[in-house]
Amino acid sequence: MLIKTPAKSLLKENQVTDESLYMNRRDLLKKLGYLGAGTLLSTSVGASWFSSDKKETFKQASLTFKKDSGDSQILTPESKILTHNNFYEFGTKKSQPAELAQSFKVDPWQLKVSGEVENEFTLDYNDLFKLFELEERIYRLRCVEAWSMVIPWIGFELSHLIKRAKPTSKAKYVAFETLYDPKQMPGQKSKRIGGGIDYPYVEGLTIEEAMNPLTLMSTGLYGKTLAPQNGAPVRLVVPWKYGFKSIKSVVSIKLVEKMPPTTWNILAPHEYGFYANVNPKVDHPRWSQASERRITSGGLFAKNRIPTEMFNGYQQEVAHIYKNLDLKKYY
Amino acid sequence: MPLFYTYSLAISDELGADPVEAIIHFTGIGALNILLLTLCISPLSKRIQQLPLLKLRRPLGIWVFVYAFCHLFSFLAFEAQFDWALFVGEIIERPYIWVGMLSFLLLAALTVTSISNIKRKMGKRWQQLHNFVYLILLLTIWHYYWSVKLDVTSPAIYLLLAFILLSFRQNKFKRLSHFVSFGRNK
Repeated sequence: MLIKTPAKSLLKENQVTDESLYMNRRDLLKKLGYLGAGTLLSTSVGASWFSSDKKETFKQASLTFKKDSGDSQILTPESKILTHNNFYEFGTKKSQPAELAQSFKVDPWQLKVSGEVENEFTLDYNDLFKLFELEERIYRLRCVEAWSMVIPWIGFELSHLIKRAKPTSKAKYVAFETLYDPKQMPGQKSKRIGGGIDYPYVEGLTIEEAMNPLTLMSTGLYGKTLAPQNGAPVRLVVPWKYGFKSIKSVVSIKLVEKMPPTTWNILAPHEYGFYANVNPKVDHPRWSQASERRITSGGLFAKNRIPTEMFNGYQQEVAHIYKNLDLKKYY
Repeated sequence: MPLFYTYSLAISDELGADPVEAIIHFTGIGALNILLLTLCISPLSKRIQQLPLLKLRRPLGIWVFVYAFCHLFSFLAFEAQFDWALFVGEIIERPYIWVGMLSFLLLAALTVTSISNIKRKMGKRWQQLHNFVYLILLLTIWHYYWSVKLDVTSPAIYLLLAFILLSFRQNKFKRLSHFVSFGRNK
């Protein structure tokens, strides 16, 4: 498969911030010693001063896929999706994954499907794009920090992958794991950069949630393969849950009997639960979840505060899963 | 001037994907940084007698207030977007915001009383009020610590810096604690 730098014409949104403008602003800020003001005690000042001058940029490839033609949501500009990321394996500041992940190797890749199944198998890099027909799904992504984006993902339903594995009756949950490679992921090598998380990052869903048609294994967005900061080469997208459930750079999918551990629940169990369904009626202990800032184009004056919807607006597709579950207790 | 420049970047959508978060963080950290700077002046001026450093305390202190005010106003105007129910609700319900509000109100009291006429009329009580700057420092760092999702490195470093600065004022605290204990023994 040819990896080529995409032509500018492949970009669909012409509201994307021009890259030279973006880079110029950063240079100007640095010259004013000003990135310093906000990052005075930043641990990554060294990296950002020296790395952006001669950077290796990750090369994305264009994809063929079935378009999500019925959707009319306003998309978040690609430049914002590429530069505003919580991916602590590459640093805890939102700008760090884009800065530090440019030389991340995604080929070769191994995604192993195993556990309570009749058919264990491993996908390699090409399988991710060839095994199932790719389709575009335009989903809202709601972060637990109360901001959200609208993202044109490309991928295939997780249910296809699981059906292929033929789960047994013991398979009640699905456990996911991110790559563990401290040589490539500075946050895994250094506790200071990585936020003190016990890597690798793990996540989980119930079998019913995993088989829901909305649940996506994404291998691209905006018409191209994923950039490393978005979880290349393959990541989960569960749009009715808070963003931390949508685990990135997945290497293992295991069907299991018992509820698997999940990273944020381990870090702060009274703040982050297993289900983490988007729910305006259940606040985070330290901030409200009743509304969110929708990130599209527009700067400081954009009137972008909107009320948060139950299940991030996906009630029709998923509310039935939880009809007997107390969502205040099982947050 | 950095404050004005940052706001103009935010308005023109050049401050990253989430300018609201960036602005609130920038003004908060800015206030804290200048506060630390202000507290360096007394110990520095004792060692560098040649420069009239003490005169800088009032303008710097006022800048702390300006940044803190922008921080609070940005929260109201851009985060809550003038949804007063949300704004007041968050202040009432979130402990990390109470701590921040308390710090801000104390800071406002210090700022208002920095006016020369008022300072003169207050006499001894002026210094007693302005000793609250140490409490403001600790409350601000606490507010920051509680607001962070996971990575407490930065607030921890500020706490360390605060203790270093406070240690320069050991004598002052010894006198204060003597004063308090004498008062009790009556």
